[in-house]
Amino acid sequence: MSKYLQSADTDWYKRRLTGVVFLVLTAFLVLIARLFYLQVIEGDELRRLSANNCIRLQNIEPSRGLIFDRNGKLLVDNRPSFDLNIILKDAKPVEHTIEMLSQYVDVPATELMSKISRNKGISFYTPVLLKQDIGRDALAAIEVHKYNLPGIVVSVKPRRHYIYKQNAAHLIGYLGEISSDELKSGKYSGYRAGDYIGKFGVEKTYEGLLRGKRGGRQVEVNAAGQVVRVLRTVEAFPGHNIYLSIDYLLQKKAEELLEGSAGAIIAMDPATGQILAMASSPAFDQNAFVDGMSHEQWDSLVSNPFRPMENKAINAEYPPASVYKIVTAIAALEEGIIDENTTFYCPGYYKCGNRVFRCWKKRGHDKVNVVKALAESCDVFFYQVGQKLGVDRLAWYARACGLGSATGIDLNHEANGLIPTAAWKRARTGIRWQLGETLSVAIGQGYNLATPLQMMSLISEIANGGIRYKPLILKKVETAEGELINENKSKVTGKLPAGQRTLEIVRQGLWDVVNKKKGTAWIAHVDDVDISGKTGTAQLVSRTGSNDDASIDKANKPDHLKSHAWFAAYAPSKDPQIAVVVIVEHGEHGSSAAAPLASELITTYLSIVGELTLTSNKSDKDKT
Amino acid sequence: MFDRRLVQNFDWTLLSLALILGFLGLVTLYSSVTAATQVPQMEYYKQLVWYFVGLIFLVISFLFNYKTFDRWGHIIYILCISLLVGVLIFGEGSKGAMRWLKFGFFSIQPSELVKIAVIIILARYYSKHANTTGLTLRELINPFLLTIIPFVLIVKQPDLGTAIMIVLIAGSMTVFVKIERRSFLYLIVLGVISIPLVWFFLREYQKARILTFLDPDRDPLGTGYHIIQSKIAIGSGMISGKGFLKGTQNALSFLPEQHTDFIFSVLAEEWGLIGSVIILIVFLILIIKGLNVAYRCREPFGTILSVGITAMIFWQVIINIGMVMGLMPVVGVTLPFISYGGSSLITVMICMGLLINVSMRRFMVE
Repeated sequence: MSKYLQSADTDWYKRRLTGVVFLVLTAFLVLIARLFYLQVIEGDELRRLSANNCIRLQNIEPSRGLIFDRNGKLLVDNRPSFDLNIILKDAKPVEHTIEMLSQYVDVPATELMSKISRNKGISFYTPVLLKQDIGRDALAAIEVHKYNLPGIVVSVKPRRHYIYKQNAAHLIGYLGEISSDELKSGKYSGYRAGDYIGKFGVEKTYEGLLRGKRGGRQVEVNAAGQVVRVLRTVEAFPGHNIYLSIDYLLQKKAEELLEGSAGAIIAMDPATGQILAMASSPAFDQNAFVDGMSHEQWDSLVSNPFRPMENKAINAEYPPASVYKIVTAIAALEEGIIDENTTFYCPGYYKCGNRVFRCWKKRGHDKVNVVKALAESCDVFFYQVGQKLGVDRLAWYARACGLGSATGIDLNHEANGLIPTAAWKRARTGIRWQLGETLSVAIGQGYNLATPLQMMSLISEIANGGIRYKPLILKKVETAEGELINENKSKVTGKLPAGQRTLEIVRQGLWDVVNKKKGTAWIAHVDDVDISGKTGTAQLVSRTGSNDDASIDKANKPDHLKSHAWFAAYAPSKDPQIAVVVIVEHGEHGSSAAAPLASELITTYLSIVGELTLTSNKSDKDKT
Repeated sequence: MFDRRLVQNFDWTLLSLALILGFLGLVTLYSSVTAATQVPQMEYYKQLVWYFVGLIFLVISFLFNYKTFDRWGHIIYILCISLLVGVLIFGEGSKGAMRWLKFGFFSIQPSELVKIAVIIILARYYSKHANTTGLTLRELINPFLLTIIPFVLIVKQPDLGTAIMIVLIAGSMTVFVKIERRSFLYLIVLGVISIPLVWFFLREYQKARILTFLDPDRDPLGTGYHIIQSKIAIGSGMISGKGFLKGTQNALSFLPEQHTDFIFSVLAEEWGLIGSVIILIVFLILIIKGLNVAYRCREPFGTILSVGITAMIFWQVIINIGMVMGLMPVVGVTLPFISYGGSSLITVMICMGLLINVSMRRFMVE
């Protein structure tokens, strides 16, 4: 009964509705009062401001973070660039202004007009870029004649400047204008058309650190578009400064050593994984990317057969050649197929089925154990070991050593390399794995592919006792004011699949390579410091097969068929402080073309860090 | 079946209001999309098509007895919620917001339609539970759930403006049917406690966004600048306005949403105080008329339904116009009939149809 009495009836709703009407009226009165305030009381002032669209926004570009080497030497900074813009609304008449302007900037008026017509459809108040980076002379002329050039605005933007031409070009990379695809991708929120972003190298990977934050100004302008007063300012926030792990002097040395040839040199601290130098040759001028280059310049870069745009240290894949024998040796020792005393006889060739596999040394190595096999790089020894191991077991060890997959360095376009297995070949070609192919793989030829950085990973593991570090290129990050934000720490990514004893045997072999008269890199030995290493000669023409192709006349071999020269080394042998990998494309022999470069780089580094005072006059270098 | 009284009682005032506001909307849109380029853009012709499609929906919405919507309310609600879920999965959008569902050559914004579904389902619930002492907390659990589900789904898109509209509509309807006094106090206390708690758990950038929302001046290069330009546009219209197609602020393209959320500033610049007040008065008449339909309806579902619809139009007008004049935070709420956008226009046309429906069937209650 009581529930019935309380139920809402029509009259009850009507009473409540009357209340609602008053609320509605009040709200509308407030709106009308506000309209009155804006349009009548403030009307004159707001109409004045609207007359020329007086309140405008101006960008303040953030200055991009600087790039230093590990010792604080400045490698990349910014310089002011004076860009010429026109605001069509203020430039009356446009044709006349452009006529005048073309006298001062030395660009034909027709070309300037075409820039304007290309921007048809955008608002009259948006500045149209006429010419970038006009230089101080043109700037002075324009400032003087400012009043005859209505609507012409010179904006100052920080522009990237790579101080040392071509220095660490691939590592540092370059900037370029953001593309419409990149804008649409959603990865670049907060960016606008016309912005410059890192396109390559460190500039790309650390874009987020270097970029900073855009600021802006609300300004009031007069009828000629000149700023009368600044209403509000949001400061731009400069990007962070980064310190790379490379040493500028060592980097420069590495580039000098590679001059004139195609190839790469990497130097790394094996105890931390910090890259000390990373050179790829030939290189390119990074400033050309920022300043803009002609079609011819661009074409010559991309059509150059020596691929200057490629960072060969991380992106190029080569057969690892004899350097790979380190992996075969580890696998054989760990699997118990050989021990340090096992010997094989090398007559200069090895017969497998009805095929003959040659050793690089025609006369043969006589009796060979594993240390001697590494030191003198005996192919026959490793053919037999490889045959016993089989391709799949070998592949397991290669992968465990870090080959066949990217190292994870903070750079784009890192290649994975290739470690073949029987299953891989079947899936790829449908053909069964052949025993002969195992022999090729065991000496690092055949399908095997590795990047120089992967080889660096391998040699560093040997040097530091078996720990695989992620290669680091960033040492630390600071704010523009110099406040430390982040010190990059070493990161372990794996462990060498080798026991202590195995490691000792391999290290002995590598020491002999450089320090024994018969070692393949005796040419590279120096008196002041013990260097250990392994040479490699990546053949582009097969050494296997029948008798006579081994005797291809070397002098007549065309350049593009010449072998690539490898050398992977570390020093000092007892307490390694630096590991170096050198590859010289078509350099023929690891011993002659690559090893001397490595030893020179090593002595340079050790003298830079004060470990070595250069006394020796590498007298015996040119012999052997 | 077709009663003569239906024709006699047809609400010509409501239909005329819809036609007048639609016409004013098209005229203003024409100006706002023409000024920068001298030729009307695609948007104008698209809106013209939407307008006629909207009229068809208006007619459909009053042909059936509105009691049908009472019976099918939950089905409509579930359908709309599934569309919202669909948006989150298959949705399309721009600037990181997923708001549209694409059907062949046109796309719709389900968050707009959901407003109607919430109004119907709440009217259905309240018409059965309302009493003069007010609703208790327990009776409020269901309406709360019915509101919070679409709210969360719309916030996720994210479309804060529409999400806030849902809450305002549901809140207005709830307060209209009355909350019991003690429960009302509990709710207030709960709100006061939870706000600082929620604030505590928000991340820094979320706090910054809310603060900018409340105070656009914190973002002088974004929202703050839009508001300044909008105020200049409105104020520069002065008493008689600059005249049709004579607006200048419009040409600056300072607002990415000049033909959607900020269209009132175009109107106020060109038609001045006189035009602006006239349009406000037309809206006021529409709202009073909506309340009048509720007043004259003799059964609770129709009354509460009309109140919900009127609340929707009221809040959108107040928030949109308050926002462009710098009185309120900037949220994406459209101005009914005037803003560009098919889903928004069709939604308001359906609402007009429903109001006409309730109005013409007021004598049919047994």
